[in-house]
Amino acid sequence: MSKPTIIELRKIAKRYMMGEGGFYALDGIDLDIRLNDYLAIVGSSGSGKSTLMNLLGCLDYPTSGQYTLKNTNVATLDENRLAEIRNREIGFIFQNFNLLPRATALQNVMQPLVYQGLAKSQRKEMAEEALQMVGLTDRMHHVPNQLSGGQRQRVAIARALVTKPSILLADEPTGNLDSATTIEIMALFDRLHEEGQTLIIVTHEKEIADRCHRVITLKDGHLISDKNNPISIVKQKTDEVSHV
Amino acid sequence: MSNVRFKVMESTRSAAQSVFAHRFRSFLTTLGIIIGVASVIAVVSVVQGFSASISAQFDDIGTNVVNIDAYTPPKSRLQGKWARLTYEDYLKLKYQIPGVSHVTPNLQVRGSYNGVTYRDQSISTRVFGTSSSYQKLNAVYCEDGRFFNPTDDNSRRRVALLGPSLVKKLDIKGSPVGQYIGIAGEWFKVICVAEQKGKLFGFDQDDFAVIPFSTAQSLMGSGQWWANIQISLAVDTTEQLPQVKQNITRVLRRAHNLNPGDANDFEISSADQMLETFDSIIGSTTLVLAGIVSISLLVGGIGIMNIMLVSVTERTREIGIQKALGATRFDILLQFLIEAVFLCMLGGLIGLLLGFGAGTLISDITDLPAASVPFWAVLLAFGFSAGIGLIFGIVPAAKAAKLDPIDALRYE
Repeated sequence: MSKPTIIELRKIAKRYMMGEGGFYALDGIDLDIRLNDYLAIVGSSGSGKSTLMNLLGCLDYPTSGQYTLKNTNVATLDENRLAEIRNREIGFIFQNFNLLPRATALQNVMQPLVYQGLAKSQRKEMAEEALQMVGLTDRMHHVPNQLSGGQRQRVAIARALVTKPSILLADEPTGNLDSATTIEIMALFDRLHEEGQTLIIVTHEKEIADRCHRVITLKDGHLISDKNNPISIVKQKTDEVSHV
Repeated sequence: MSNVRFKVMESTRSAAQSVFAHRFRSFLTTLGIIIGVASVIAVVSVVQGFSASISAQFDDIGTNVVNIDAYTPPKSRLQGKWARLTYEDYLKLKYQIPGVSHVTPNLQVRGSYNGVTYRDQSISTRVFGTSSSYQKLNAVYCEDGRFFNPTDDNSRRRVALLGPSLVKKLDIKGSPVGQYIGIAGEWFKVICVAEQKGKLFGFDQDDFAVIPFSTAQSLMGSGQWWANIQISLAVDTTEQLPQVKQNITRVLRRAHNLNPGDANDFEISSADQMLETFDSIIGSTTLVLAGIVSISLLVGGIGIMNIMLVSVTERTREIGIQKALGATRFDILLQFLIEAVFLCMLGGLIGLLLGFGAGTLISDITDLPAASVPFWAVLLAFGFSAGIGLIFGIVPAAKAAKLDPIDALRYE
C-alpha cells in the first residue's frame, strides 16, 4: 500500500455548456491512483465514465480542479505538452480498437514512436518487441482488415505499450469481443498487471470489473464508491480463466 | 532537428501510401496540375527550341551586318511616291563610308520574266542579283560547285547559284552544277547549289536563284537605273555600329536631297536590332502564355484543396487516433501539407514528362525546330507545383490540425 501515487485528482469538475447554465458531467471528483493499480471505473451510461476517461487521458481539460500526473499539474499545460504526455505517459485502448486502417499491425504499433521523432530502425525494433509481448509476431505485416477482433485488440494493446507508458487506459476494451476472446484479453491485462503495469479499465460489465483489484463507481458525475475487491474473488476469477 | 527529419520522412511515406491507396482519385485530383505543368513545359520547350534556332540563324549572319532598305511612309504611298535605293546610292555607300566592308547590293529581278525554267519546267521563285561579297555577309556556302567570284560580276557572266529547294522543284536530274537553266529568256549555267538552311516562320529559305549583280542589271535593261535595290554591309567592329549608322544616314539624306525636317526615306536595320526585337516578341509571348498557364495551375490548386478538404473529413477519426497517440497539431499539419505537396509534385513530374512529349510531338508535326526544355523550366515547374501544394494544402492541413481529439475520435 505504500506504492507511489501517480495520479491525483482533486475536486475535478467538467461542465458542458448545454442548455441553461450547462450541466456537470463530473462534479468534484477526488481520486488517487497508485503505481501498479488495477482499477475499474464502472457506472451506467451518462454517469461520467467517458468524461473521466478523457480527462485522465489528457484528451480534455477539466472545467475546474487539479489533475496531477507524476507531479505535473496537467490542467494547466498547453496543447503541445498535453500531446507529449499522451504520447509518453498514457497508452490508450479503445472499444473499437481504433487502428489506422491502411497501416499494417507493425506500422500501427510504430505510430506513437513517430511522434517521439525516433529513427525507423529504432521504431521497428521497439514495435516488434511490443508485438511479441502480446503474442502477435506472426501477424505483424497484416492490415487490421485481415485480423480477427481479438488480434486487433492485441495490436492496439501493443501500440499502447510500445511507449512504456505510466498508465494503460482502456475504454470498454472487450465491448466488441466474444466471451472467449474477452477472457484472452483479460488474461493479458492480468499479466501486464503482474509485470507492474498500472491499468485503468472503464467498463460496464460486472465480470470485467470483478477481475480488477479496485473498483470505483460513478453516478451522475459523482464518485459514489471506491473499494478493493477481496483478493479471494480476484483469485477465483483468475483461476476460472486459467481453467478455461 | 533530427526529430523533424524523421517526422518528415514518416509523413512522406504515409503521404505516398495514401496517394497510392486511392490511385485514380489522386490522378483526378492532380489532373489540373498535370495539365498546367504539361502546357507550361510544352509551350516553353517549343518556344525555346524556336528561339534557339533563330539565334543560330542570326549567328550565321553575324551581328555586325547592317541592312539598308528603302522606306516609304504610308502617306506617300497613297500619293504614289515610292522611295528607292539606287545603284548610285550603293556606290556612294561603298566609297564614302569608312569602317565598313563587303558592301553588297541586292537587286530583286522582277517583271514578266519572274521565274526559272529547266527543260519543260517553269518555276516561280525569288531571283536576285548580288555581288560575290554576299557570301561573306549571309554565310551562304556551296554544297556543290563554287560561289561567284568578282570576275563573274565584272564580266556579267550568265551563271547562277540555286537554292536546294529550287533544285528539287525543277526536278534536275544528276548534278545540277554545269547544267543550264533559263532566267528571263536567257540561259544561265548553274555553278553552285547552296547548302540547305531550312524554314524560318514557314518561309522556305532555300527557294531562290542568285545571279551576279551586273548580270541582273543588264537583264533589267534600262529599268535598272531606277530599280530599287537593297544594300547590306558589314561593320568592322560592333562598337562602330552607331557611328556607321549615322554616316549612312548622312550620306543617303544628302544623296536623296532631303531637307532637315524631312523623314528618312530609308531604313537601317542591324542583326542585333532584329535579334532584340525577336527576343522581346518571344519574351512577351512567353509572358502571356505564362499568364494563361498560371490560371490553369490556380484551378488545379483549387482542385487539390477541395479534395484535401474532403480527405480531412474522411480521415477525421484517424486524426483523432493520431492525436490520442500523441500527435501534436504540428505533426498533423506537417502530414497533410506533405501529402498535398507530394501530390502536386507527382502531378508536376507527370506533367513534365507529358509536356516534353507534347512539345516534341508539336515540333515534329509542325516542322518547327526541335523542342528543348531548359533546366530552369524544369525547376520552375517543380517549384511551382510544390508551391501550389503548400498554398492550397495549408487550409485543409490547418483544419485537420485544429480538430478536437475527442470529437474526432467520436466521428463516425
